[in-house]
Amino acid sequence: MSAPVGRTTPTGSFAAAVAAARSDGELVVQPRMGFPTVAQMGAGLKAVHGTSARTVGTITLDSYTRVGDHASAARALERDEELNGFPIVAHGGRTTREMIAAAGAGDFAIQVRHGSPLPLGIVQALIDAGLDATEGGPVSYCLPYSRTPLVEAVDAWARSCEVLAEQVPGAHLESFGGCMLGQLCPPSLLVALSVLEGVFFRRHGLRSISLSYAQQTSFPQDVAALAALRRLAGEYLGDTDWHVVLYTYMGVFPRTVPGAQALLRESARLAALTGTERLIVKTAAEAHRIPTIEDNVHALETASEAARTATATPADRPDEGEAEEIHAEARDMVEAVLELHRDIDRAIPAAFARGYLDVPYCLHADNAQRTRSHIDSRGRLRWSSVGRMPVRSAPGGTAASVGADELLGMLSHVQNTFDRAALDPAASPEALPAAGRIRQETK
Amino acid sequence: MSAAAPAVITPEPLPDTTGPRRVLVSSVSSDSHTWNLVFLQLLIEEYGHTVVNVGACVPDELLIAECRRHRPDMVVISSVNGHGHLDGRRLIARLRAEPDLADLPVVIGGKLGTRGAEGGGHTRALVEAGFDAVFEDSVGIGEFRRYLAAPDTRALRTAGSAAPAL
Ligand code: B12
Repeated sequence: MSAPVGRTTPTGSFAAAVAAARSDGELVVQPRMGFPTVAQMGAGLKAVHGTSARTVGTITLDSYTRVGDHASAARALERDEELNGFPIVAHGGRTTREMIAAAGAGDFAIQVRHGSPLPLGIVQALIDAGLDATEGGPVSYCLPYSRTPLVEAVDAWARSCEVLAEQVPGAHLESFGGCMLGQLCPPSLLVALSVLEGVFFRRHGLRSISLSYAQQTSFPQDVAALAALRRLAGEYLGDTDWHVVLYTYMGVFPRTVPGAQALLRESARLAALTGTERLIVKTAAEAHRIPTIEDNVHALETASEAARTATATPADRPDEGEAEEIHAEARDMVEAVLELHRDIDRAIPAAFARGYLDVPYCLHADNAQRTRSHIDSRGRLRWSSVGRMPVRSAPGGTAASVGADELLGMLSHVQNTFDRAALDPAASPEALPAAGRIRQETK
Repeated sequence: MSAAAPAVITPEPLPDTTGPRRVLVSSVSSDSHTWNLVFLQLLIEEYGHTVVNVGACVPDELLIAECRRHRPDMVVISSVNGHGHLDGRRLIARLRAEPDLADLPVVIGGKLGTRGAEGGGHTRALVEAGFDAVFEDSVGIGEFRRYLAAPDTRALRTAGSAAPAL
């Protein structure tokens, strides 16, 4: 694909690792891995570094650290209790740096993944640990991750970007805007939010950026969305070093091992066929518990293999004009936001206050809650109502509410499709053509 | 799977009062997941009850304040991020220490630890800490549906077929 890519040369270790893989024509695969203790986390980094796949490493932080409750994180460590990630602030930058060195991962590109609306302490800790990459954003780490007012998250993220840019030459920042609650957010809004956060990062000094997109409910629609994202990023971030990162499905995951692996492989195939530079994987444990080191290594190797052997079929192709439509819708949203105020720090909260940006089913007090989405008969994610967003292709106003079973049905659509195909090879692949193909691979 | 039978504590309905109740649905301090909250709200409303959804990342003090503001008949706590057993224990101790909230029916459910069904249940510890009922993810939503269908949810007792907890 003759897709536009970033122009300036990356200097940081994370961006350089991605750029090197890109020039080798290889997909970078990355885990979402985090454990509470130095021993576990160090072993995890070492294992990811040592796999046969082309990887970068991840330190995923626990929920106490995400909400700024470092005392609870420290107490849990003292008492040897379960945490869902690595408490980088409670451990401290120095301990983290020593852990990385002891794991023999000193030259390994590692990103800190968190989910914090007020990330300054985390950014400081990762800088102290000698790291140069993290992710998030003022919207994507506020609305789905907190009850913090959006204006406070915007301020904190502006300051954090500036600290990162000033103290770490070549620092890399990824927008989490392509995820938004993990499911049922139509592609155009994901693309718009990713690009808007990219513009925000650039405005606050960063020159090496990635834009995200999470696999949704339809392979061809995702192909179209990734093309739209790449085009819009080229239009708004042309003078920075940027790449695209795909997330394996972020919603309710298949419960069976073959179902989960088929969905993972499908995301790797999507990344490969769209020229996406980096993929963040999910494991077969996703529906059940925090994945182990082995779960992660297995997922990385599976994804890497699937990307290397990916082939296209006619069913993968988007409809005529589908990418253009997503691009136009996303561009209308971005423009409507940027026109609200010269300063993007003011424009973003104003856009949410007016409902120009409005994430379906998001309970955050600063989200207008006028939009709704659904999965259509061909498996594509669509707007049911767009509230006050500048979208022409769907009805405005507020949609009727759905029932509990109906909601659960939409949330479980991908899970059911892949679990059914895995358990019953005769199941009709009608709704999701992709699932039918995967059956052959799982044998 | 070698996991022990799922631990569940079912309520014993009291026959003397019936009718719609006011239910407060809430997450715990460290947990930002909300699909669980949206789902539970819709489910509980379908049984004719009124729901106040407090949302994600709810500090203990805020939950206590919301209980005083809305005076619910029941509180439903949901957590899936794996910290529920820690946050839940702390939260219920705080709540039970408030004289006016000591007898308020409070239940908790979701993915309460980080190790799934193999990690062993957290039901016992959470009941001992003061919850009236615990619905771990592995048990399924059926138990809770029966609970909501019961004419009264005030009196809760540790009983039920698969309850080795106490
Ligand atoms: C979508 C999702 C997200 C979205 C959430 C967006 C949002 N605002 O809601 C995003 C991407 C933001 C996210 C973030 C995180 N997530 Co998450 N997420 C999921 C995912 C994929 C689906 C959850 C979902 O939407 N379910 C649909 C709802 C309707 O169902 P449910 O939540 O599963 O609840 C069911 C039952 O548990 C039960 N139930 C729940 N509560 C209650 C309460 C009562 C009283 C009763 C009766 C029943 C009940 O009813 C529901 C229907 O059956 C799950 C994995 C999966 N299931 O596939 C992980 C998962 C829940 N997340 C997880 C984690 C750890 C996180 C993070 C901490 C990041 C990390 N370290 O990986 C952060 C949270 C940050 C924080 N501060 O807590 C883990 C939890 C691990 C564990 N418990 O062992 C899971 C299981 C993934 C995993 N395997 O690692 N996540």
